[in-house]
Amino acid sequence: MPTNAPTAAILSDVTSSDSTLRRFLHGLPGVDAVGLEARAASLGTRSIKTTAKAYAIDLAISMVDLTTLEGADTPGKVRALGAKAVLPDPTDRTTPTTAAVCVYPDMVAVAKEAVAGSGVKVASVATAFPAGRAALEVKLADVRDAVAAGADEIDMVIDRGAFLAGKYLKVYDEIVAVKEACGTSARLKVIFETGELSTYDNIRRASWLGMLAGADFIKTSTGKVAVNATPANTLLMLEAVRDFRAQTGVQVGVKPAGGIRTSKDAIKFLVLVNETAGPDWLDNHWFRFGASSLLNDLLMQRQKLATGRYSGPDYVTVD
Amino acid sequence: MSDATRLSVFKTYKLYVGGKFPRSESGRVYEVTDSKGNWLANAPLSSRKDARDAVVAARKAFGGWSGATAYNRGQVLYRVAEMLEGRREQFVREVADAEGLSKSKAAAQVDAAIDRWVWYAGWTDKIAQVVGGGNPVAGPYFNLSSPEPTGVVVVLAPQESSFLGLVSVLAPVIATGNTAVVIAGEKSPLPALSLAEVLATSDVPGGVVNVLSGRTAEIATPLAAHQDVNAIDLAGADEELAKELEIAAADNLKRVLRPQPVDYSATPGIDRMTAFLETKTVWHPTGSLGASGSAY
Amino acid sequence: MASVFEYAPAPESRSVVDIAPSHGLFIDGEFVEAADGKVFKTVSPSTEEVLSEVAQAGEADVDRAVQAARKAFEKWSALPGAERAKYLFRIARIIQERSRELAVLETLDNGKPIKETRDADLPLVAAHFFYYAGWADKLDHAGFGANPRPLGVAGQVIPWNFPLLMLAWKIAPALATGNTVVLKPAETTPLSALFFADICRQAGLPKGVVNILPGYGDTGAALVAHSDVNKVAFTGSTAVGKQIARTVAGTRKKLTLELGGKGANIVFDDAPIDQAVEGIVNGIFFNQGQVCCAGSRLLVQESIQDELLDSLKRRLSTLRLGDPLDKNTDIGAINSEEQLARITSLVEKGEAEGGERWSPACELPESGYWFAPTLFTNVTQAHTIARDEIFGPVLSVLTFRTPDEAVAKANNSQYGLSAGIWTEKGSRILAVASKLRAGVIWSNTFNKFDPTSPFGGYKESGFGREGGRHGLEAYLDV
Repeated sequence: MPTNAPTAAILSDVTSSDSTLRRFLHGLPGVDAVGLEARAASLGTRSIKTTAKAYAIDLAISMVDLTTLEGADTPGKVRALGAKAVLPDPTDRTTPTTAAVCVYPDMVAVAKEAVAGSGVKVASVATAFPAGRAALEVKLADVRDAVAAGADEIDMVIDRGAFLAGKYLKVYDEIVAVKEACGTSARLKVIFETGELSTYDNIRRASWLGMLAGADFIKTSTGKVAVNATPANTLLMLEAVRDFRAQTGVQVGVKPAGGIRTSKDAIKFLVLVNETAGPDWLDNHWFRFGASSLLNDLLMQRQKLATGRYSGPDYVTVD
Repeated sequence: MSDATRLSVFKTYKLYVGGKFPRSESGRVYEVTDSKGNWLANAPLSSRKDARDAVVAARKAFGGWSGATAYNRGQVLYRVAEMLEGRREQFVREVADAEGLSKSKAAAQVDAAIDRWVWYAGWTDKIAQVVGGGNPVAGPYFNLSSPEPTGVVVVLAPQESSFLGLVSVLAPVIATGNTAVVIAGEKSPLPALSLAEVLATSDVPGGVVNVLSGRTAEIATPLAAHQDVNAIDLAGADEELAKELEIAAADNLKRVLRPQPVDYSATPGIDRMTAFLETKTVWHPTGSLGASGSAY
Repeated sequence: MASVFEYAPAPESRSVVDIAPSHGLFIDGEFVEAADGKVFKTVSPSTEEVLSEVAQAGEADVDRAVQAARKAFEKWSALPGAERAKYLFRIARIIQERSRELAVLETLDNGKPIKETRDADLPLVAAHFFYYAGWADKLDHAGFGANPRPLGVAGQVIPWNFPLLMLAWKIAPALATGNTVVLKPAETTPLSALFFADICRQAGLPKGVVNILPGYGDTGAALVAHSDVNKVAFTGSTAVGKQIARTVAGTRKKLTLELGGKGANIVFDDAPIDQAVEGIVNGIFFNQGQVCCAGSRLLVQESIQDELLDSLKRRLSTLRLGDPLDKNTDIGAINSEEQLARITSLVEKGEAEGGERWSPACELPESGYWFAPTLFTNVTQAHTIARDEIFGPVLSVLTFRTPDEAVAKANNSQYGLSAGIWTEKGSRILAVASKLRAGVIWSNTFNKFDPTSPFGGYKESGFGREGGRHGLEAYLDV
């Protein structure tokens, strides 16, 4: 599968220096916050029923990066998570598997074993997740460690400090270096921590910066700060990948993470995808949900659609 | 040389259009007499073409006058009062002649008219705060309404009050940034024509006020139908003429101020200003800080 | 592999509204037949199904209604403001309670999407009554001097594009200030006004305070000409507005007119493009473009024309046209056969004059009145479609090179109702907004409404303001 080569050729001069990069990023169209949020809210009123809902729920399940990123994670916990990813609903084997499990680097090997043969990918947060405050060499070692353990995907965090200080080329170079460390085997997701970037203009700039540097996915957040994925910031990133493909021909995925807990929310995000980036992104190769509790709600809704009864938490597995 | 032997110099009264003092395009004049029928002067008998020229001049002046700061307009209007004060005696004489008033009664009219300019000079930079303001809409928007001048306003000066009435209807129109085409009172146009001379020397830009004399109905009819006139004050029209003009004014939906009984000696209030103001409401998104973790 | 996310039909339930097979006029608190027994049919524009048969008011009925309003005026205007306020608050609350029903009704009778009646019309209707209710006992403090008096009987004629909202804009300030009303809804959308009559009944409003007279143009003409009407308020076409202005000339009737428009939506090269695209879409396709303040002229800076049009076309391709009751419908039906014919003829003229017509692939239902969202490029100021109000989902795209040129083109219109400005530069917003000759300017947004915000036009878009403190003036003797 083609990945996003660092710096799409068409825009290569943009990243030739700090000042050209700044000029490019600051030359992107501004974002009107009220208008963006209104558009996201308006798409949120779409009413997805019956067959469309069944389709959306299965699609959403297949897009989940089932995540555990706790200090208290143990091999047991990760194995349970892997089992759940492979067989989300033991009572219904037609349920799709999730896209991936997402763990810290030291748990990659355990996770890999747990999902072996299932097609479920193992994603690992690296680069001194979640703060990203470590020397580049430490971050790269973190990445190499995860890749060596078999990670299919690396979820890196950008240096928000550098970004907010306007040192865009530093952020860019770091992403390029991480991408290189991923080699050809792992796809790279670049986390912006949108809640810390604070403005929509920054999120648009970060999206382009990440894509220019070779991100295969751009991802909202770590799930570790107050505000994570929102319909508005995800909509904005979907606009960015849409526009980037239109300009460069390169398709980049989007991953909202953190705070998406219900099927209703997930379906709203799928509507955003459908009507913004378009159907080409309605596939877990191009869109993911970083979530944990979301999966059980999707499963309960799936059972409800199949049986006509409302399900309950005792009828889905606790992991 | 005694007074008895010196022949006085008559004034040739002219129209005031675009800051200049032309004779009527028609080349015609009509006789103006005092209340006892004695000849006072010949006044220009304006034609439809004079009316047309006046509208062109008023339209041309609108951008600059409406775009001037309210403070500047206030100072210009105050300057009119200053100039009038200096020529007070002349206006007392003209008003006394025109309206058959005693010198003291005419003086009271002129004084009130001068004070009226002062009143409106003070209004120019206040009316927006009185009739405009922020609107607390239920959403993330900053929403502001402000008054703006309607445009070119035709003013039929009152027939019964040649100077105080005239000033009372003209000053509010231009105070807010409109430009005016004034049709002087038909029988007693001289104070209006003399006022033009004062305006010309009071920093009022040419074209902001244009003064026509002649037959009110004749001049008003094409003006009421004129597509580049935005509003009309019918103060000087009788009931029948007012109705005709109002019907004609509907062609481009002019704002119409109907004739009504007015006590010109009383404090005016703001109605004559608001009659020729439009309300413009502008919406701006504000966004909310922090609600979604992202803003502006 | 990408798959297709097809939204299954999601129709709002029609059963929440019970439309009687026939409706009377509402005069003096009673539903009655027309004096001459005339009736007309109102149809659902999306299906052409007959919804109900409605009594058609004639001159005798107008006279009866005006008399009823006159009789009611004495007590109503003498009521303490606080009591009038409570009636209006009651009405606002009942509208909120019945908003689902009214939204479905409005969608059926008008053809507009349920998404709009549910999320825009009905919330604004309730808000408008709630807002003016609060003014009823505060008129002394509204800036019109002490004890401003009502005018008497208000004759009000409203259009079909926002039937209930236009009713609210007319009736709420009239009642708050102590007037009584006779209102004529449009002939294609009489039902929500008649349901409103029922709400007046539920609220216990004294009889005669509100009278509703469905009918055609001649009913409206009789109402505005009636000698015992003190106030005329009209929303509709500029041509009819001028006729009304002539009718009331020489009388003492106070007149306010809210008429047509040809709003310029100006997009500068530094605009927030994605939001501008949404604003353009909302500006011209909201309510199928049947909006007097629609942004029907897109003025785009030449340097970004191609980029903007590409985005706009892509966006238009996602619009969903169809069953107005479906919650996912973005574009509903055109209100009437007559309006569809008018749109069609103007669009044909646009093509004949050299405009380049474009619509997204879009299947139109077989029955009902439909028109696909349409763009015209290659349009200049001289084209009919750049000057005449189309009142349909048709956008004329023009270009400009400099801000001065944008302002000059925007103002080059007999109308002056609305305009939009899209730029990230704050000073440019303020500079351009101050030069536009239009009553409502939306900067970086479009088609926003609020009861506190005065609405109305410059030039031939009419005079007087509806909404806010300003909206009281039309109904007070000041």
